[in-house]
Amino acid sequence: MSDTTAWLVVWPVAVPLIGAALAIALWTRPQAQSAIGMIAIALQFVSGLALLAHVWANGPVAMAMGGWPAPFGIAFAADTLGAGLTVVASAVAMGILVYGLGDTDVEHRRAGVIPLLLALMMGVAGAFLTADVFNLYVWFEVTLISSFGLMVLGGRREQLDGAVKYAFLNLLATTLLLIAIALLYGMTGTLSMADLSGKVAALPADAPIETVALLFLVALGMKAALFPLHFWLPAAYHTPLPTVSAIFAALLTKIGVYSLMRVFMIVFPDTADIAREAMIWTAVATMIVGALGALAETDIRRVISFTVVSGVGVMIGGLAIGTELALLGTTFYVIHSIVVSAALFMAAGMVARAGGGTRIADLAGLYKGAPFLAVAFLISGLSLAGVPPLAGFWPKVYLVQAGLAAGEYAIVAGVLVSGFLTLMLMGRVFAIVFWRAAPEDAPQTGSDGGMVLKGALGAMAALTFLIGIYSAPVAELSGRAAAELLAPDAYIEAVLAGPPQTAATTPGTPEVQP
Amino acid sequence: MNSLILRTATPLLSGLMLLFSIYVLLRGHNEPGGGFIGGLIGASAFAIYAIAEGLAAARRAIVVPPITIAGTGLLLAALSGVASILFGDAFLTGQWWFPSFAPDMKYASTVVLFDVGVYLVVVGAIAGIAFALEERE
Repeated sequence: MSDTTAWLVVWPVAVPLIGAALAIALWTRPQAQSAIGMIAIALQFVSGLALLAHVWANGPVAMAMGGWPAPFGIAFAADTLGAGLTVVASAVAMGILVYGLGDTDVEHRRAGVIPLLLALMMGVAGAFLTADVFNLYVWFEVTLISSFGLMVLGGRREQLDGAVKYAFLNLLATTLLLIAIALLYGMTGTLSMADLSGKVAALPADAPIETVALLFLVALGMKAALFPLHFWLPAAYHTPLPTVSAIFAALLTKIGVYSLMRVFMIVFPDTADIAREAMIWTAVATMIVGALGALAETDIRRVISFTVVSGVGVMIGGLAIGTELALLGTTFYVIHSIVVSAALFMAAGMVARAGGGTRIADLAGLYKGAPFLAVAFLISGLSLAGVPPLAGFWPKVYLVQAGLAAGEYAIVAGVLVSGFLTLMLMGRVFAIVFWRAAPEDAPQTGSDGGMVLKGALGAMAALTFLIGIYSAPVAELSGRAAAELLAPDAYIEAVLAGPPQTAATTPGTPEVQP
Repeated sequence: MNSLILRTATPLLSGLMLLFSIYVLLRGHNEPGGGFIGGLIGASAFAIYAIAEGLAAARRAIVVPPITIAGTGLLLAALSGVASILFGDAFLTGQWWFPSFAPDMKYASTVVLFDVGVYLVVVGAIAGIAFALEERE
């Protein structure tokens, strides 16, 4: 069969879809759902790995849904960036799911954690692998709908409050995205990113391409939590279950960042200078505002939410510089950030268990009762700040190098200052929460959640440590992704070449055979 | 709701609606109609039954929980897309079968299975919502 490669691109999306359907069909049986969830995410990881291996060996691959070739049908395509992020996302999702099995109780699972989580993972993989801007919007909607469901699980008052802000601002962002896509479609008559690449470049000089590019920046920037549209994230991410916070922080902003990379590198590679200029300054502002916001917070989960925002600034900074080294740094940082955001929110959930709350001022001396948690938190926090030899160090080195080479000193300064502030605040949180001697009457439950939670957190912390020690493979992967983004010919060719085999009969008009 | 007219008419009406919903579903293959609109009509049949006869009777009538119907439908739709792997085509490619022993049927296809999946998703989801709303009152 010549088109098994085409199926490789589909499985990371189809597997969680089938898993979610099975889990919904078995709604009343939480045990079976948990098993389905684990198997589906594990299979998604395996299929992602197979896809990445294929892309690594043969270059970008594409497939056309239902055999309708691009630019008319909807195409899926994978290059190193899309396939690599799918692998990392599903690997981290596996860890988060294990954490969730220890963290959620049967009531949550009866309310549909597993189907929602699988739907979210389907949306994330879909966003990473689609080659069609309107289809990208659809995957944003899929992740949005499932994240609403996840966010209100538990139904506490502050959760609903956070969910309303989250829902409203994200719906606004998707609406803006839809308007931007409509304008782009009106100008070019196509939605396929590969086709858009050539058609946007060929537009007359007076076409309002800058406006559309800025609209994309605003819409996707809101998704990615870029300053000044970042405020929904710290307003919402500290309210849901720790499992849900972990997967949101790990993946949701990253699909915004990924989409900005994809859209600005393939659709607007040489146009849109104003948007690029705006990107530089919003990136720097995001880094600094995120770090300063984290310094001012008193709730450990809100602190981590703000550091997620700061990290988004670093990633977009690399995209704004736009050289190969900078894109390498951005890709590396996305991978690092997926792992470390999940680890920190997992740790925060366990801190809440061990210390009976998330207010930093109320927490003290947790090191005594939960040394494992303390070490894992410290590793993740230092990795986030960019302390060598942990994973967060390398992308910042690449970004600073790239910034200096390109003369973008504002971004260099932003990366360094935000890294310093992050180190300071992670040190402060660690010192207060884990080291400070606990007062006599402190409410210590002593339990940090048992082996399942520890195992999941330990795996994430170990991953960020290992990526730091063995950074060469990740750097090579990121380098390949960056090179492909700068020279997307192979990607465009793969999409526009259509399916590997030509369908014998045209779908939809079957001939009646004798 | 305690209305003699509604309670008398409902068994006949909801049965007809269910039958009509399947007709609309199958008609949608080549003409206006389809799984979504058929599913809405089917779900209305259960909703009207719940209003007239009470929630417990409606839940007995639908036999399995609505959410299970929706999940099964989603599974069917997904598998109808995956089925094309057996024929060496891309995901979601319609597969057509022309049985020689039943010339009047003309053909069968995975496209119909997809539509049946949509029908079940809509019936399950909408009936589930209608039941939940009825429960509140």
